Amino acid sequence: MVSFAPFALEIHGLVKRFDRPAVDGLELTVRAGEFYALVGPNGAGKTTTLRMIAGLLRPDAGTIRVGGIDALADPVAAKRIVAWISDEPMIYDKLTPREYLAFVAGLWGVEPALAAARGCELLTWLGLAPHADERCESFSKGMRQKVALAGALIHEPRVIILDEPLTGLDAGSARQVKTVLRERTRAGGTIVMTTHILEVAERMADRIGIIAHGKLIAEGTLEELRLQAGTEADAGAHDGGSLEDTFLALVAEQAQAA
Amino acid sequence: MSAAAGTAFWFAQHESRLAWRDWLAMIAAGRRERLRKVAIGVIAFILFMHFVAYWMVGRYAAAAIDKQTLLAITGSVLLSWMLMISQAMESITRAFYTRSDLDLILASPADANKLFGVRIATVALGTTMMALPLAAPFIDVLIARGGWRWLGAYGLIVAMGAAATALAVGLTVALFRVLGAKRTRFVAQVVAALIGAAFVIGLQVAAILSYGTISRVAVLQSGTLLALAPGIGSLLWWPARAALGDGLALFGVLATSLALLGAAIAFVAPRFGEYAIAAAGAGHSSVVRARRDAFRGRTSPRGALRRKEWILLRRDPWLMSQSLMQMLYLVPPALMLWRSFDRGNGALQLVVPVLVMAAGQLAGGLAWLAISGEDAPDLVATAPVRPRCILRAKIEAVLGVVAVVFLPLVAVLAVASPWHALVAGGGIVIAAAAATAVQFWFRGQAKRSQFRRRQVSSRLATFAEAFSSIGWAAAAAVATASVWLAIAPAVLALMVLGGAWSMSPRPRIA
Repeated sequence: MVSFAPFALEIHGLVKRFDRPAVDGLELTVRAGEFYALVGPNGAGKTTTLRMIAGLLRPDAGTIRVGGIDALADPVAAKRIVAWISDEPMIYDKLTPREYLAFVAGLWGVEPALAAARGCELLTWLGLAPHADERCESFSKGMRQKVALAGALIHEPRVIILDEPLTGLDAGSARQVKTVLRERTRAGGTIVMTTHILEVAERMADRIGIIAHGKLIAEGTLEELRLQAGTEADAGAHDGGSLEDTFLALVAEQAQAA
Repeated sequence: MSAAAGTAFWFAQHESRLAWRDWLAMIAAGRRERLRKVAIGVIAFILFMHFVAYWMVGRYAAAAIDKQTLLAITGSVLLSWMLMISQAMESITRAFYTRSDLDLILASPADANKLFGVRIATVALGTTMMALPLAAPFIDVLIARGGWRWLGAYGLIVAMGAAATALAVGLTVALFRVLGAKRTRFVAQVVAALIGAAFVIGLQVAAILSYGTISRVAVLQSGTLLALAPGIGSLLWWPARAALGDGLALFGVLATSLALLGAAIAFVAPRFGEYAIAAAGAGHSSVVRARRDAFRGRTSPRGALRRKEWILLRRDPWLMSQSLMQMLYLVPPALMLWRSFDRGNGALQLVVPVLVMAAGQLAGGLAWLAISGEDAPDLVATAPVRPRCILRAKIEAVLGVVAVVFLPLVAVLAVASPWHALVAGGGIVIAAAAATAVQFWFRGQAKRSQFRRRQVSSRLATFAEAFSSIGWAAAAAVATASVWLAIAPAVLALMVLGGAWSMSPRPRIA
């Protein structure tokens, strides 16, 4: 993994308004090699934030730097090192996984021989090798999500942005995806992920950011978040309180303040 | 008033409410204020159609019941009926394959047969209602000029709608039984389109082969056909006689058609659920393998995008058929071309605009697929490729297909007349580029499977695309005789494009 700026992602004063502010002066930094989970209630601005990072939405104000590159000034250079996966895997029904990977590799300008080797490796790793030459139209949601994940990894992105990647996956597929993501961070990659499954954030993330009304209301490790929420004492002595307790306490606090 | 739950009338209420809301949503696109504009547009269209009808059929209002009249009416009725069968078959196929509320209905304790019966009857009603606005102006003019006897024509339309639906149900079920659920959708839609086009094209082909003209009317007015036709007492003329106000014929035609529809409902409604369930499983019933070296050769992002578009088009026979169906209409001009090798260049005048028009229409459909019908828009948008490069690749993919379809035809034309080939080639390029530009200006985000709805999603784009193609076709036709005279239709086509550009909802920069 190529080294780069200490922060894989730096967001300052990010604003996006639709009918109302969806993201409202967001400040966020994610270190290189970190697994960062962004959690928040429905409509908090998580997906809008990720879509702006991926270059799918243009912010009304603020800056986004990915791997030290200004993503708004030079979106093409930023996209070169980013991969985006949404909860609804967007793949082509009429292509096979192998063809899909070849197409994605072509878009990112990966050498064909290298792409073929990586493609084989990824398909095997994700358990898709037996289906590599079947058209995706007959695939289940889990298989489609795995094809999308393979596509996201074929160009060895430094930053992977995932929007609810585990939604609708069975236990086996979810575990495979989690294993792949963990491997990526071990290899130095950075992962920014939104999830509704707080247990996943609790177990996998190095740091967790809680977003509400388009603002980051709390951030840190699980321990740091517990301290901020003051839930440690309330939650009993046995486990120090789950992320769910902490999350609910922080969101309720924010709602009261608002 | 609300009917008792679970009765056929209750289901009919439910269906009509849904149909009404769908129609409103389609017409108003979520904006109530649009309804007034649409109403004004509809009234203007109806008035315009009455003028057209007066010009076309006004002089036939007092026609006597003779073989010539019966033959002309029967031909027109058959032509319309073919189109109605095509429309009904489309609707029935959609009813079988669209899940929407079927899971809910089939899982409920209600008698689904009643709903399915209502649904088939709704198709008949929809088919009739679609034909009425087009037929009504002609019938009104005939009533105004020829008297109340022509009122029977309205009854005939109802009979045609019922019979067309009954036949469409029969054909679709037969396909289901013979081909299975997986293939029926595609085949039924192709058959529907072929039925719709067959009669028009058939008459044109017969006219070209027999009389050297592309006019369909030539066949219907021919002495040969008149001599072969049965006497005026034959049952074959009953639909025409019904239109002319013969009470017995009208009763016979209506009773037969409604009985056919009743039989179709009675036979198919109990099996509808079974067909719908089979259709639902059709997508997952088999695995299609594609063994080839996907990673072969170095390719640029533009090349990857072009290749992807071509593979997707090649792999989707339904989309391919929808796009290429327009090419069916090239059969008559191609025949004309073939005949004209012996008869000089006069007929080529007709071939050039048809080729240009068809190229515009084909390019428009393909451009929608490539530009708006992107199944993975996020993937393409997050790739490190400039939007301009993506657009260029997609336009190249579209024009590549247009070139593959039209180059052989232009090459044959060049053998007959190099000048006509040159004009046709130029016209094809311009018409294809113009249609692609319109689709670019009105680009949206949709699934490729929504291809059929593209014309509804932006009527402005549809009209702009059609009028631009017509304009370039006219310019090409005139240019074969005089390049200077072609400037006028070309300017009109440019004005259409300018208007479309100024009204397009998107920023002008890619």
